[in-house]
Amino acid sequence: MTFPLQEKTAPLVDQETNVNDFSITVGTKNGSGSQTSNLTILRALFKMGIPVSGKNVFPSNIQGLPTWYTIRASKEGFLARREVQEIVIAMNPDSFAKDLATVSPGGIFLYGDHIRLGVDRDDILVYQFPANKFARESEAPSNLRDYVANMAYVGVLAEMIGIDMDAIYAALDFHFKGKKKPIDLNYGVIQAAATWARENIEPQNRYKVEPMNGTEGWIMTDGNTAAALGAIYGGVHLVAWYPITPASSLGESLAEYLPQLRKDPETGKNTFAVIQAEDELAAIGMTVGAGWSGLRALTSTSGPGISLMTEFAGLAYYSETPIVVWDVQRMGPATGLPTRTSQGDLMSTYFLGHGDTRHIILLPGSVNECFEFGWRAFDIAEQLQTPVFVLSDLDLGMNTWMARPFQYPDEPLNRGKVYWEEDLQNLTHRWGRYLNVDGDGIPYRTLPGNTHPNAAWFARGTGHDEFTRYTEDAGDWVRNMERLAKKFANAPQYLPEPVFDLAYDSSKNGSERKNGSQPKPTRIGIVSFGSTDPAIEEARARLAQQGLETDSMRIRALPFRPEVREFLETHEINYLIEMNHDGQMHRLLRMEYPELAGQIASLAWNDGLPLTARWITEHLHANLHAQEEN
Amino acid sequence: MSTNRPSNVNGVGLSKNDYRGANSTLCAGCGHNSIANQIIAACYEMDLAPETVLKFSGIGCSSKSPTYFLSRSFGFNSLHGRMPSVATGAAFGNHHLKPLAVSGDGDTANIGMGQFKHVMRRNLNMMYLVENNGVYGLTKGQFSATAEEGLTLKSQGRNPLKPVDICQEAMVSGATFVARSFAGDAKQVKDLIKAAISHKGIAVLDIVSPCVTFNDNADAHHSYAWSKEHETPIHDLTYVPLRDEILLDNGFEEGTYQEVALHDGSRVLLKKLERDYDPTHRWAAFQALEEAANDNILLTGLIYVDSSRPSFTELYNLTETPLNRLPEAQIRPSRESLARINDLMF
Repeated sequence: MTFPLQEKTAPLVDQETNVNDFSITVGTKNGSGSQTSNLTILRALFKMGIPVSGKNVFPSNIQGLPTWYTIRASKEGFLARREVQEIVIAMNPDSFAKDLATVSPGGIFLYGDHIRLGVDRDDILVYQFPANKFARESEAPSNLRDYVANMAYVGVLAEMIGIDMDAIYAALDFHFKGKKKPIDLNYGVIQAAATWARENIEPQNRYKVEPMNGTEGWIMTDGNTAAALGAIYGGVHLVAWYPITPASSLGESLAEYLPQLRKDPETGKNTFAVIQAEDELAAIGMTVGAGWSGLRALTSTSGPGISLMTEFAGLAYYSETPIVVWDVQRMGPATGLPTRTSQGDLMSTYFLGHGDTRHIILLPGSVNECFEFGWRAFDIAEQLQTPVFVLSDLDLGMNTWMARPFQYPDEPLNRGKVYWEEDLQNLTHRWGRYLNVDGDGIPYRTLPGNTHPNAAWFARGTGHDEFTRYTEDAGDWVRNMERLAKKFANAPQYLPEPVFDLAYDSSKNGSERKNGSQPKPTRIGIVSFGSTDPAIEEARARLAQQGLETDSMRIRALPFRPEVREFLETHEINYLIEMNHDGQMHRLLRMEYPELAGQIASLAWNDGLPLTARWITEHLHANLHAQEEN
Repeated sequence: MSTNRPSNVNGVGLSKNDYRGANSTLCAGCGHNSIANQIIAACYEMDLAPETVLKFSGIGCSSKSPTYFLSRSFGFNSLHGRMPSVATGAAFGNHHLKPLAVSGDGDTANIGMGQFKHVMRRNLNMMYLVENNGVYGLTKGQFSATAEEGLTLKSQGRNPLKPVDICQEAMVSGATFVARSFAGDAKQVKDLIKAAISHKGIAVLDIVSPCVTFNDNADAHHSYAWSKEHETPIHDLTYVPLRDEILLDNGFEEGTYQEVALHDGSRVLLKKLERDYDPTHRWAAFQALEEAANDNILLTGLIYVDSSRPSFTELYNLTETPLNRLPEAQIRPSRESLARINDLMF
C-alpha cells in the first residue's frame, strides 16, 4: 500500500497556510475509547497556547453508534461551534461517507486502513494510515489494544499539522493522573504513528499549528464540574440526584469532590451527604425535606426530570422552602434527543407547578458562571426562601471549555432570615412562620432542632395562615398569595444583572467615551442568554467587520431586572437569539413588556447542535433584508 | 427517681397537654384519632422532648393527623405518596432527631409504593405508621390497594383484586422492624409505638384503623367488628423502658417470655400465646404473614425485628454537630483549596 492514496498528483502547496484557525472532526464508534485520544489533541493544542474548544456530538448509546468530536483552534479566541470542518479523521466505516462529505473544499481527509472504501473527491487531500498496526506492535495487553489503537490518529495528525510532542505528553500525563504505565503505552503508540507519518506521508502545508500565547491565565474544564465545585464552595450539604444525560456528571462531580473538600479536618466526619435517589420525584423530595430542615440542598437533572419534579416544585414554592435545582437542558419534548443540546426548558421551568407558581431562574452563559451561580444560587434561594432553578445545557455542561480560573466567592454565605433559640427569646412579638414582618414579603423561618418552645411549625402545601394553621378562608388565601407576589416582585435585586457589551464600549469607539461625548446605542440590539454567548460574540465581530455595529445584552436571570427593559427600549430592533423552536425567551419578554413587542424580533433555532456564528449572521441579515423590503 | 416529680408531669417536666395537637377534624369514631392519642401517650410516657421529634405525612385522612398530636414538634405534611423522600432529606438536617411518620393505605400502597419500598431499603431511622382502612376517605370511599378481595362498597361495587399486604411488602424490601396492630387494641398500639420509636431504623406499624364512614360493615376486614373478632395477637407484648427496673407482673416469670433488646436500652418482652414465635426469624415472619392472609386472620404483634443493620444516616459518617448548625467555616472550603483545584484544571 502506498500513502497517500491518489494524492500524489494533487498540488500540495496551492493555498496559503492556515495557522491556528481551523476545525478538526474525528468520526469514531461510540464506546471505542476515542475520547482519550480527542482530549489529548485538545489539551496538547491548549498547552501550545492555542485557544481551543472541544465539542462531543455523541449518540444515546453505550457502544457502536457513530460519534463525532470536533476541535476548534482559533487564534482569535472564538470558541463556538463552526459548520465547516477543515480536517476530518474517519475511524468508523459506518459514518465514512458522511465524514468524507463534510470535509470543506481544500481540506484534509484522514482515514484508517481498516476502512476499505473508495474516495470520490478530488478537491481535498486524502490520506490513509494504518489503524491497528501501532497498537499491535506496542506492549498493550490484548484487552486494551482497541483503545490504544485510537492513539494512531493522534500521532499521524500531530506529525501532519505540527502538534508539539511534549504538549502531547503533558496531556497524557494529566489524563492518566501521572500514572507512568498508561502514559508511556499511549505515548509510544503516538510516537510510532508520528514516525510512520514522517516516513510515509507527503508533508502538507495547508493547515498547521504553531505555539502562541493565547491560553495563559486559562484553565480547561466543563460546566458540570464547575457547577459542582461552585455548589461545594457555596456550602451545599445535601445532594439528591437521579442519573440522566446530560446532568449525570454534575452529580458525579459532587460525589467525587465532596469527600476531598468537605470532611471535618479534626474528626474526619462528613459535612455533606450525597444520595442517589430512586427517581427524580424522590430526588427533589429529599431536596425539599433537606431545604426545610435548614440544609443547602441541591438536585441536578434534565428536562424529563424537571417534568417529574413539577409537583414538588409547586410545594417548595408555596411552602417557601429554599432548594437549588440544576437543569442541564437537552432536547425535548419527551425523551427527545437525550444527547443533544437545547434551551427549551425556559418557559416550562419558569412556571413549573400548577396554580399561580413562578420560580427564580438563573442562566449561566459560561463555565465560570456555572461555578459562580453554583454558590450564589444557595444565597438567593435562602434569602428569598424559594426554589432556584439554574438552567445550563448539554453544550455548557458536558463539553470541554477554556475558562478563567475559578474565583473564590467574594462574599460570605447569606443564610437569609433564620431564627434560632436566642432570636426567639429576644423577640417582642409572637413569631409566625409566614408573618410579613419586614414588609418585603420574606418571612422568618425556624429550623428543626430549634429547642425554643415556640419554634416548631407545621409545613404544608395546603392553605395556611401566618402561623401555619390550616385554613380555607378566602381572605387568608388572598393575603398569602399577595405576599408571595410581593416577594417575587422584589426578587430581581437579588439576581445577577444582565451582561452588556455595547459597541461604544469596544476599543474602536473607546475614544468617544473618553472625550465625554454621549455615545448613541446602535440601531440593533442582540439579546441572548446561556451558552449561545460564544457564537454571539463571534457573530457580532463578523457583523462589525461588515460595518454593522451591534450592542448586546445577555440576560442572566428571571424574573427580569429593570436593566432589561432599558436595553430593549433604547434599541430600535432587538434580536432575541435562542436555541429552541418556539422562541421562548422572546415570548416571555413580549409578555412582560407588551408595549415593546414591536421592537423585539425572534431568531430561534434548535437542531440539537450548538448555535454557530454563521447561522446568526445569515439569519440576522435575512431578517433585516426582509424588513427593509417591507 | 421520680419521687419529687409532680404527678402531672413527666421526666422532662412536661404535662400531657404539651404533647397534644390541634383538635381533630376527622370523623367521630375514626380509628386515626385513637392512634393519635396513643402517639401522644407514648411520647409523654417515654419522656421524649417534643423538639427531638419530627412529624411527617403524605396526603389523605391519615396524613392530616400529625396536626392532632405534638404541636411542639416540627412537622411537614408533604405530597401524596412522597412523604418518605421528604423525611429522608429532612433527617439529614439534624440526624439526632427522631422522625415519626403517619401515612395511609392509599398514600403508602397505591400512589406511594415506590417511595415506601425505597425508604425500607435505606433503613431510615423513622417510625412509619400506616393507618390502614382499605378505602379512600377524603375522596369518598374508593377502594385502596389494601381492600380485601370481595369487599363490596355502596358506590364501588365488588373489589375483584387481591389486597396488598403492607407488612409483607415491608419485609420483602428489607424493613428492620415490622409490626401489625389494630386501633381498637390501645395497649398493644401504644407499646408498639414505643418500641418503634426505640428502634434505630425503619419501623413499620401497619395498624388497622377503621373508617367509620365508608368501610365499617361488620363483614369488612378493616371494620371494628371484624377486626375485634379476628384479631389474633401472636404474643402478649410489653414495652419496658430503659429506666425501669424489671417490674414484671406475675405473667412474666423466668422462661415464659422472649426478650428483644432495642437500641436505646429498652426492651420488648414477648409472652408466648398459642404458638412459639420468634420475631427475629425472617423466614418465620414471612410464613406467619402468609398463613394469616390465607386464613383471614388479623395477626397482630411484633412480626419481625432486626437490630443489627445500620440506619441510613449512620452510613454517612456525619459530624456530631447537626449539619443545619454547622458554621460557615465548616461548610465553605478554604481559598487555598480552590487554588489547588484550579492548578489541576487542564
